[in-house]
Amino acid sequence: MTASHDVVIVGGGGAGLRAAIAIAETNPRLSVAIVSKVYPMRSHTVSAEGGAAAVIAPDDSLDEHANDTVSGGDWLCDQDAVEAFVNEAPQELLRLEHWGCPWSRQPDGHIAVRAFGGMKKRRTWFAADKTGFHMLHTLFQTSLQHEHVVRYDEWFVTKLLVDDGRVRGVVAIELMTGRIETITANAVILCTGGCGRVYPFTTNANIKTGDGMALAYRAGAPLKDMEFVQYHPTGLPFTGILITEAARAEGGWLLNKDGYRYLQDYDLGVPEPTPVLKSMELGPRDRLSQAFVHEVEKGRTVETPYGQVVHLDLRHLGAAVINTKLPFVRELCLDYEKIDPVREMIPVRPVVHYMMGGVHTDLDGATGLDGLYAAGEVACVSINGANRLGSNSLPELLVFGARAGKAAAEYASSPSDPSPAVLAQAREETQRLERELLNQTGGREPISTIRTEMQDTMEENVGIYRAGDSLGKAASRIRELQERFRSAAIEDHSRTFNTQLTAALELACMLDVAEGIVHCASARAESRGAHQRTDFPARDDQRFLAHSLIYRDPDGPPRVEYLPVTITRWPPGERIYGR
Amino acid sequence: MSGYTEFHPRWYRQRMSTWWWLRRRSYLVFILRELSSVFVAWSVIYLLLLVNAVRLGDDRYREFLDWSARPWPLVLNVVSLAFVVFHAVTWLNLTPQAVAVRLRGKRVPRAWIAASTYLGWVVVSAFVLWLLVGA
Amino acid sequence: MADHITLQVTRYRPEQEAEPSVQEYEVPLRKDWAVLDGLNHVKDHLDGTLSYRWSCRMGICGSCGMTVNGEPKLTCATFLSDYAPGPVRVEPLRNFPVIRDLVVEIGDFMRKLVKVKPWIVREEERPLSAGEYLQTPAEMDEYKQFSMCINCMLCYSACPVYGLDPHFIGPAAIALAQRYNLDSRDQGSAERLDVLSEHDGVWGCTFVGECTRACPKDVDPAGAIQRYKVTAAMEAVKSFLMPRGAR
Repeated sequence: MTASHDVVIVGGGGAGLRAAIAIAETNPRLSVAIVSKVYPMRSHTVSAEGGAAAVIAPDDSLDEHANDTVSGGDWLCDQDAVEAFVNEAPQELLRLEHWGCPWSRQPDGHIAVRAFGGMKKRRTWFAADKTGFHMLHTLFQTSLQHEHVVRYDEWFVTKLLVDDGRVRGVVAIELMTGRIETITANAVILCTGGCGRVYPFTTNANIKTGDGMALAYRAGAPLKDMEFVQYHPTGLPFTGILITEAARAEGGWLLNKDGYRYLQDYDLGVPEPTPVLKSMELGPRDRLSQAFVHEVEKGRTVETPYGQVVHLDLRHLGAAVINTKLPFVRELCLDYEKIDPVREMIPVRPVVHYMMGGVHTDLDGATGLDGLYAAGEVACVSINGANRLGSNSLPELLVFGARAGKAAAEYASSPSDPSPAVLAQAREETQRLERELLNQTGGREPISTIRTEMQDTMEENVGIYRAGDSLGKAASRIRELQERFRSAAIEDHSRTFNTQLTAALELACMLDVAEGIVHCASARAESRGAHQRTDFPARDDQRFLAHSLIYRDPDGPPRVEYLPVTITRWPPGERIYGR
Repeated sequence: MSGYTEFHPRWYRQRMSTWWWLRRRSYLVFILRELSSVFVAWSVIYLLLLVNAVRLGDDRYREFLDWSARPWPLVLNVVSLAFVVFHAVTWLNLTPQAVAVRLRGKRVPRAWIAASTYLGWVVVSAFVLWLLVGA
Repeated sequence: MADHITLQVTRYRPEQEAEPSVQEYEVPLRKDWAVLDGLNHVKDHLDGTLSYRWSCRMGICGSCGMTVNGEPKLTCATFLSDYAPGPVRVEPLRNFPVIRDLVVEIGDFMRKLVKVKPWIVREEERPLSAGEYLQTPAEMDEYKQFSMCINCMLCYSACPVYGLDPHFIGPAAIALAQRYNLDSRDQGSAERLDVLSEHDGVWGCTFVGECTRACPKDVDPAGAIQRYKVTAAMEAVKSFLMPRGAR
């Protein structure tokens, strides 16, 4: 059975919904479908807390936002993309306000902005500390106006159909009934988010398994900068739940076991009683997470049953500030740590949070394959470079979601019929799914065992600090796990909402993505931003002021190439924080 | 073709028991509150009968009072009083949820709204009592 | 505290059985574990065929609503230790058709959501060049609470009216309509009035109040509904006293 649309968007989060609205508004005659493995309001955009950055204050400028972003990214950002991004972000956030997003306000009714890590000026718009939640619900509810946008809720895309270098559609499973459908399209936009679940300890939801990255990778599109994995400095131990950077922006301190604000030892500035922009706790995330690792080595962190932690102290902010600006943080600490941040310090540690890398795209979301676009965390444009600044990823969803939507719409306006080769591919995929997964018996290993081993391998060898030999070990481990996956046990043969099947599909995606991360990390013999090599501790602009592009090879190890970074106005310099 | 399968024969429809309202205290209180309307209606009818008896003269009025003192009407009226008070208390307690009043930008606390309705009740009752006894 | 607890989990495999059944699993009882962690332990180590929805595990996505010991709860925010020594009964959310195991069908809610027009309705769109609509913190307070709904549907599960009559539009949909009605930037109250003042709209509600009790985000849908009844009643009076032409 086949359905057909002009544009198919895979993923219904911030980027996917923004793309759909962009197409519906600019090309209402096009048939648009959003195919998502969860209902859109469950997408992981919903968990974002801190805010979205865009220049609106009179003393701020686009150049400063761009400069902060480029230096925050350790000069691996494509500066033409950053310039477009900072230019369009204010309009996008304003558009969202017009659509009803409840941005927090100043007393006179204008939009309020706050400080955020790595930014020299206050430019982060926020909706209390549930910015992602409000943005996602605003986008979703606004998208409901466009009745002709078709949604396939709880449909899992398993393959991109490619014919002659051009993407022609997808194969997807309707989770409720288990039926496998072919949905042909003239353009496909991937908006499936990141892959934090490749690691054992992450802020990411269960659904963040790198599906879109794997789909593109398998279809022949290159992934870019996969080695750059962001560890957010403040996640709750055990659950990994995110404690937003806004807590530090409002004035929170990071203390080690001696009650000492240890960041001052790491060239991040001098401690002041109130937060100083781009200094100390408002430094960039990669440097803060790296400082934590050093504190552990020095034995100055606190031991807990869930590992080493440091303390985030918000007590001096007072209940009034915490209740107005950080109510969700308070709720999370009370529920999950049984701690009231008004009276006690919060135990935190670095936790995998964001993938700077992803499917290689240009400024309009076009990937290495014709007809395939990508936007949001799944994509790597790159505006985040080697390290993303907090509050840049929410506007990224809107700016590049809209761009990819419009570009895909334009491409899809010159349609052509799918060839028989495409339909044959779809049939093959359907048979593969049935044979290898749905009807498979005799598998031996539980999916959870393979998944846990993958996660442990990644955390041990591809964490905040990496080294050549352990990366090599990790690569062969991942290879071995991919082999073992072929005999993973699938006991659930039901066609009705089979979540063991989806777990298997997701694990396959994660293993492919893990391969990409490990090989890129192995190839980059320098330290930059979030990729730190103990065997190559310095930044090497001579050889590595370039993006890693990784191409899948079905018969052997993947191939890594380099693409120079686009530098326009900001030549590489030193990243300075706190001075 | 849309993504919504609007109906599937294999979905299991959970059935709601006839005794669903016994399962939770809050459901039971709700049902009693709804039931109390019957007794509120009876109180109104009784009042109309009383007024009618007064209109028909002394003898009929005394007959009516005698009838009211008999066991069943008495029990019915006592039970009705209990339910009417219950009805009034539950509804007055729920009023704050239905009314959002803002004074100088801040929301008036629920307890105050409830208190003001009780105050109103007391004032009106005091007035009626004065009419019956004092005047 | 004992180190294990029993979960009594509803199973329903439509290809194999006509009715749900209960299966027992023993899971570790750790003080930090939520009911969801118990279910994940079952799926990862005891029985991979158990199906349920979950995602964020921090109470913001709304996926993991289930009935725990008779009450609608988010399983990621409900802790096993609160039910010790157990057993803990885990069933699918009440008042919805069950697709499989603990997974219920929410298509009815998704359709109702669209009916209340949950978007900013303007007679005239403001151009972006004019900047933001000004909205003071006090104006935002008017609707802020109703904007916190995560669509977890615990309120529909708690509502006996919805259980008895699935045509009732339901608490979350009305709360969302109110979120827009009370937003100073919106001009769509009149458009929403028709849907909300239908028989199955707000007037279906008999103010049981269970929806507000069940809501994990303090949205107070019961309050939203009763306040709208006042609004709808006033509109009815107004349209009677002042026919449309005169207004």
